[in-house]
Amino acid sequence: MSQIFDRRRTTLAAVLGALLASTMAGYAADDTIKVGVLHSLSGTMAISETTLKDTVLYLIDEQNKKGGVLGKKLEAVVVDPASNWPLFAEKARELISQDKVSVVFGCWTSVSRKSVLPVFKELNSILFYPVQYEGEESERNVFYTGAAPNQQAIPAVDYLMKEEGVQRWVLAGTDYVYPRTTNKILEAYLKAKGVADDDIMINYTPFGHSDWQSIVADIKKFGSAGKKTAVVSTINGDANVPFYKELGNQGIKAEDIPVVAFSVGEEELAGIDTKPLVGHLAAWNYFQSVDSEANAAFIDGWHQFIKNDKRTTNDPMEATYIGFNAWVKAVEAAGTTDVDPVIDTLVGTTVPNLSGGYATIMPNHHITKPVLIGEIQDDGQFDIVSETAPVVGDEWSDYLEGSKDLISDWRKPLSCGNFNVATGKCGGNS
Amino acid sequence: MRFLRLLAIVAALAAGLQPALAGRIADADLSARVAALGAGGFDEVETAITDLAATGDDRVPAILDRLGEGELMVRKADGAVFFADKAGKDYRLTDPVTGADAGPAPKATVEKIKVNNRIRRAIASAVGALTLMSPDPAVRRAAAEAVMKSADAAALPALEQAIAVETVPDIRAAMVAARATALLASDAPESDKVAAIAAIADLGSRDALGFLSGYTSADGAVGDAARKAAAAIESRLMLWDMGQNLWYGLSLGSVLLLAAIGLAITFGVMGVINMAHGEMVMLGAYATFTVQEVIRTSWPGLFDYSLLIALPVAFLTAALAGILIERSVIRWLYGRPLETLLATWGVSLILQQAVRSLYGANNREVGNPSWMSGSFSVGDIQVTWTRLWIILFALAVFLALIAVLKRTRLGLEMRAVTQNRQMAAAVGIRTPLVDALTFGLGSGIAGLAGVALSQIDNVSPNLGRGYIIDSFMVVVFGGVGNLWGTLVGALTLGVANKMLEPYAGAVLGKIILLLAIILFIQKRPRGLFALKGRAVEA
Repeated sequence: MSQIFDRRRTTLAAVLGALLASTMAGYAADDTIKVGVLHSLSGTMAISETTLKDTVLYLIDEQNKKGGVLGKKLEAVVVDPASNWPLFAEKARELISQDKVSVVFGCWTSVSRKSVLPVFKELNSILFYPVQYEGEESERNVFYTGAAPNQQAIPAVDYLMKEEGVQRWVLAGTDYVYPRTTNKILEAYLKAKGVADDDIMINYTPFGHSDWQSIVADIKKFGSAGKKTAVVSTINGDANVPFYKELGNQGIKAEDIPVVAFSVGEEELAGIDTKPLVGHLAAWNYFQSVDSEANAAFIDGWHQFIKNDKRTTNDPMEATYIGFNAWVKAVEAAGTTDVDPVIDTLVGTTVPNLSGGYATIMPNHHITKPVLIGEIQDDGQFDIVSETAPVVGDEWSDYLEGSKDLISDWRKPLSCGNFNVATGKCGGNS
Repeated sequence: MRFLRLLAIVAALAAGLQPALAGRIADADLSARVAALGAGGFDEVETAITDLAATGDDRVPAILDRLGEGELMVRKADGAVFFADKAGKDYRLTDPVTGADAGPAPKATVEKIKVNNRIRRAIASAVGALTLMSPDPAVRRAAAEAVMKSADAAALPALEQAIAVETVPDIRAAMVAARATALLASDAPESDKVAAIAAIADLGSRDALGFLSGYTSADGAVGDAARKAAAAIESRLMLWDMGQNLWYGLSLGSVLLLAAIGLAITFGVMGVINMAHGEMVMLGAYATFTVQEVIRTSWPGLFDYSLLIALPVAFLTAALAGILIERSVIRWLYGRPLETLLATWGVSLILQQAVRSLYGANNREVGNPSWMSGSFSVGDIQVTWTRLWIILFALAVFLALIAVLKRTRLGLEMRAVTQNRQMAAAVGIRTPLVDALTFGLGSGIAGLAGVALSQIDNVSPNLGRGYIIDSFMVVVFGGVGNLWGTLVGALTLGVANKMLEPYAGAVLGKIILLLAIILFIQKRPRGLFALKGRAVEA
């Protein structure tokens, strides 16, 4: 194993070296700004995270073509935490203290983010986290460029209520923190909208669940109660393919019981024949099919960089794009890569997103995003059927008992990630 | 799929045959209504569809079908609506009413009329009501089903008319059912509605139950009748549900059997704790993917046979990998189970990363051949073809393996070597060769399992991980060294799992099952069917 790792890493380093050497002529090695990339390149999460590593490399390449940042070239430092949560913390420490990177782009799962948090706090560095997550967190050293639940789940449910007239809800998810929290928020939200207990079915499955026969049959059964039914899916990763295959096999069509998913994007659909799935939905803040000039340019550049014009783009890639450009802009505005001034400058920074609008970093270190609802097409792409105005990420959900009184504002003088408006104190509910 | 077929048929109808529905309205009138499709959001489109359907014009179904396919476009310059056919990067426009050619249009000058599920439903119901009198029985059947789903009182006159002339009994029955659902939604007198409930209750299906549940909370005679009918259907379906769970259990059991049966050789017969077993399954799945890729690019006509071609390829790939592993790693470690465990675990990681480097980390799409797609019903049990074939395939592999072990010379030597190595060597059997072949056979069978699993699971480097624990569970539970034990073990675990799942949920169900196995192994450490005799004690 380690042999293959080393070889991979050596080739990677060689390629990187060549790449940098070709663009770096005339610069001494310490005349660069180092950017850390902390995404798993092996193990179970490699399926999702490898693409994000490539995205950061692509963005750095583009930025260097434009002359770099503050007159210096950017240099990527890529490490492989191998889908191993404790290793994420070790690699983060290595990036910050040994490689002296100015910023880190990384993590996918919440548990990996939680694992690196103490390191970023202790060594005071910046992490850009590009994936949709369950919220309930706001840290000074982290910028969350993916969606909070109110930027994905709640607008999706609103769409189903309005457009499809859905009255019965199946909340199906993989058994871990993101689906559990999201479903808790959704359940509270649905009940606030007057949905009865009997009309909500919550179902959890283990990671990598592959036999969906009885659950799909249950959904069918639940859906035959005379009321329009929809499935809200927080099913994660690999389990989606067999789930959708089973839906197709049992003849559940989107016109009968639509499924709206929060973790299924263009990459996940690449492994399925989508003809039986036409009409099922996904809620994201970006789709490859977005019709905008910025997106067309991004996709073109990406295909050239990765040398494969079949590669798809997806939402976490857009989140990485926004985070990267915001950091570049903030560094240029602050005139330095030092962590504290950059963190202060980042709040309020506005950069274009890929769907033709703008994303602003809010004082709670989350960003504004429009919510797009897309229907799966037979070519594996999404047809956008609804788009909202930009929504501010709500880190502490208003629909959860423990967090409805909390707000976060990292501007001075408050500088607090969990300010309790009921007690008027910083420090959560304690 | 049925919807697509309907579309194809209707499109063909519109192109050539004379449709049965008579009556056309003036072209200009129709054009104005078609143009309304291009104005505004989903609400407006839905109204426009209802308007179009109300004309009863025989050109409407084709127009609506093209709309459903996303082939209706608005010209941005003047808001006119056209059929748009892809011509290179641009579109070729045709007037939907007159069929006149409207010339090419660059992509930027036209805009697709957006369709979502609500619009698709509206289209299906409108087209259904319009094609109830079609000369093609398949179209009529689909139309009746679409109208039944929409339960729209406005379709009643069309239904009455169609029922009066329908001659095919089961299409007529479908129309009568559709009329019943439409009646329930209308403001017909109570006695008619009670009769309609009786007609729906006669169907006895889950869909029927769905319709009735919408009325169980109603007052008066209708509510009473609906409640009674719903209760009757529910109790009937309960029995079918048991049958359905049993079927799911058998199906899961067959998957477990396939995954475990190779391990029953490498671990069960040879005693090697083979943690790389799951990766042999994965290799088989990737072999299937590779075969399909080659077929797709070179001989697309052979696609339906791709799995048959993949079987020997997957078997040989996995068997060769297995022999290689046995010769290079495992043979040095016989009799040292802990080291074997660690070494094969390492091998499994190497194989995963090798596949990841070679094929990429993403899932690979393995297609279902046409004879493995879709499903059919036995009573109220939905049987999917994939699952049925996998059950048959698992049994076939199992029987073939038994035959190899019991009826061939290689099988005899295998059993001899595993039961008493010294004695077997003494009578002239080349034990190292037999070891390698046995391990190769076990791995090859895992490769075969990979072909089947590629049809239901995703083909990714992690494929094997999901099966390794279950496989060991099956082999240990069934009794190490006994193939029949593996069969009974796999089916028992599958059925038990699926019977528990509806009550305990997928997560808790699995936990309960694991606890039960732990307790069982405490009581009977050798599993269900323990081998007896001196060979075992040694």
